[in-house]
Parts: sequence; structure tokens; C-alpha cells
Amino acid sequence: MLLTLFITFFKIGLFTIGGGYAMIPLIEREVVERKGWISREDFLDLLAIAQSAPGVFAVNISIFIGYRMRKSIGSIFCALGTVLPSIIIILAIALFLGNYRDNRVVENVFKGIRPAVIALILTPTIRLASKAGLNKWTWWVPVVTALAIWWLGVSPVWIIFATILGAILYYILKLRKA
Amino acid sequence: MSTVVLYLKIFWTFFKIGLFGFGGGYGMLSLIQNEVVENHQWISNSEFTDIVAVSQMTPGPIGINSATYVGFKAIENAGMTRTEAVCGSLLASFSVMLPSFILMLLISAFFMHYKDHKSVQTVLKWLRPVVVGMLAAAVLLLLNEENLGTFSADNLQLYVSIGLFALAFVATYYWKVGPIKVILLAGLFGGILYSIL
Repeated sequence: MLLTLFITFFKIGLFTIGGGYAMIPLIEREVVERKGWISREDFLDLLAIAQSAPGVFAVNISIFIGYRMRKSIGSIFCALGTVLPSIIIILAIALFLGNYRDNRVVENVFKGIRPAVIALILTPTIRLASKAGLNKWTWWVPVVTALAIWWLGVSPVWIIFATILGAILYYILKLRKA
Repeated sequence: MSTVVLYLKIFWTFFKIGLFGFGGGYGMLSLIQNEVVENHQWISNSEFTDIVAVSQMTPGPIGINSATYVGFKAIENAGMTRTEAVCGSLLASFSVMLPSFILMLLISAFFMHYKDHKSVQTVLKWLRPVVVGMLAAAVLLLLNEENLGTFSADNLQLYVSIGLFALAFVATYYWKVGPIKVILLAGLFGGILYSIL
């Protein structure tokens, strides 16, 4: 069973290109449809939780499913399966293509790629902004956050910390009033 | 600086990244950039952009891919052996996953009962606009001379870069072209154009 968990998530890790979100359809097919390990409703709940929790999205999902199947040891096998393909491939690249910058053609290729990559981050930023429930009271939050990090060099860690603290205080004050 | 101190720094940095990396892979990127490029200067700005590109084209989550790569480069750039660099990359990947283990196991035990609770919902609602700002900051930080070319009026690379940036945005946002295709085409274009010039 542990080996099946490991192999299933190894396959998922190996065949998804383009980051955590691209993994969702693959995980759904393997875990919900083929193996029937969890129901579709539970899978949706799991997505919401894995998304709102910090950390690597796909790893969060695999830990959760592994825990359901075989408690802590199951979650370790699932998480290892998910990340091993990445680690092996990236290590191979770092070890054998480490001096790519010395090659002029490769450097030229990356000169073209770099501006495109920045656009690849801008697209989800705008998509997320339309889903973040921004209104006339909250539109300034992303602006101030971005300026604080970019211009003043504030660490995002402090901003997240302050936001969580602020939300909890706000919630407590609202409870007191009610 | 001794190897042990550097290992401890890598552990602590990636543990923090795993703990505060909200909003999926891209949300994590702004944290990684802030910690690894700005604070510790383990890798350069353009090396970071290259890692993002490589992570997009290779399988697996971006958070793990970049942790593995940065862990390797940080040790290698500090002038240590490749074996030590491999250990560094394994350590970074392990550290970025550790908070997930602790949190997800706690969540499996408790959070399922409280996820619809108003207090949890309030925190999540407050975090969403902040994550948008973090992503925007990552974009702003990357729009620099290392990635686009020197900011001078007679630098051709700068104009080509701005064009590629705009085109790649239109392609992914409006035409819904996949990221791998965009990277491959931009790479092909750069490879041919800059080699001819």
C-alpha cells in the first residue's frame, strides 16, 4: 500500500509541467477516479484547504491524502513521491548544465526568455486580483503591499504576519461589539 | 563562513519560505526572491529568473524546483564542493516541506472541523489582497537591468525585451497560450536574434 501511494504520487510529480496548479487534474484522475481513495466532495474541500495553507500546493495535497490513507507514514511516502522527480531532474540540471552561462548561444536564448518569464508571473497576478474580492475599501491593499516590498524592501513575511494578526484582532473586536 | 553556518541559514530561510509562502507557487516566488536574492544574495537576479524558466519547463512544483536549485547554487557559489552542494539542495527541499508537514498534519486533525469558522474565514479573506500585492512586487522587482538589458536609450536589447514582455503577457493573458510554449518561443527568438546581431 505504501509503495502504491509512493508510485502514484511519483507519477503525478513526474508528469506535471508548469507548477502546482497543473497537478490538480492529474491528482483528481489518479486519486478520485482511478483509485477511489477519496470522494469528489472531499477532494474539493481538500483543494480549498491546501490552497489557503502556506507551502507548496501539490505537497500539501499529497500529505493530506497520505495521512488519510496511512496516517503520518503514508503522508511521508506521498510527499516524497511528489517531490523526488523534481529533485532528481533539477539536481541533474544543476550538476551537468551548471556552466550554461559560459555558452554564448544559451545565454542568448535566456536573454529572450527572461522578459517572457516576468510576463508569466504578471498574468496570474491579474487573474488573482480579479478573484481576490477587491472593492473600493480594499483596492489599496495590494498597491501598498507591492510598494512596501518593492520600494521599501519590507519582507513579505512581516506583511503576512501583520495581516493575520490584524484579521484576528478585527474578528475579536467584532465579537465584542455583537 | 563555515559550511555548518551556511547550512543552518539555508534551513532557516527555506523553513520560513515554506511557512509564509501563501498563494501557491507564484506567491512563494516573491518570498524566495526576497530572501535568496535581496537578503542573502546567494544567487543573482538573472540566475533567479533562469530558475523560474527552468522550473516552468521541468516537471514538479515550482517551490520544490527552485528550493533544490537555490540550495545547490548557494553552496556552490560559496566555493564549496559539489557533494556539499548536493547536500545543500536536499536540505533546502526538505526545509521548505517541513512546515507543510507540521501544518497539514495539524490541519488533518483539527482544521477540517473549523475551516468554515468565521475567524478562519476572516484571516483567509484578509490575506487574499496581500498575496496579490506580493505577486505584483515580484513582477516589479524582476523588471530590472539584469533581466531586460541596460536602461539606456540606445540599447537594442532593452526594446526587444519590452516587446517580448508585452507579447508574452498578451499571449498568456488574452490568447491563453501555455507557459511552456511561450518560454520555448521566446528562447528561440532570443537565440536566433542575438546570435545574428
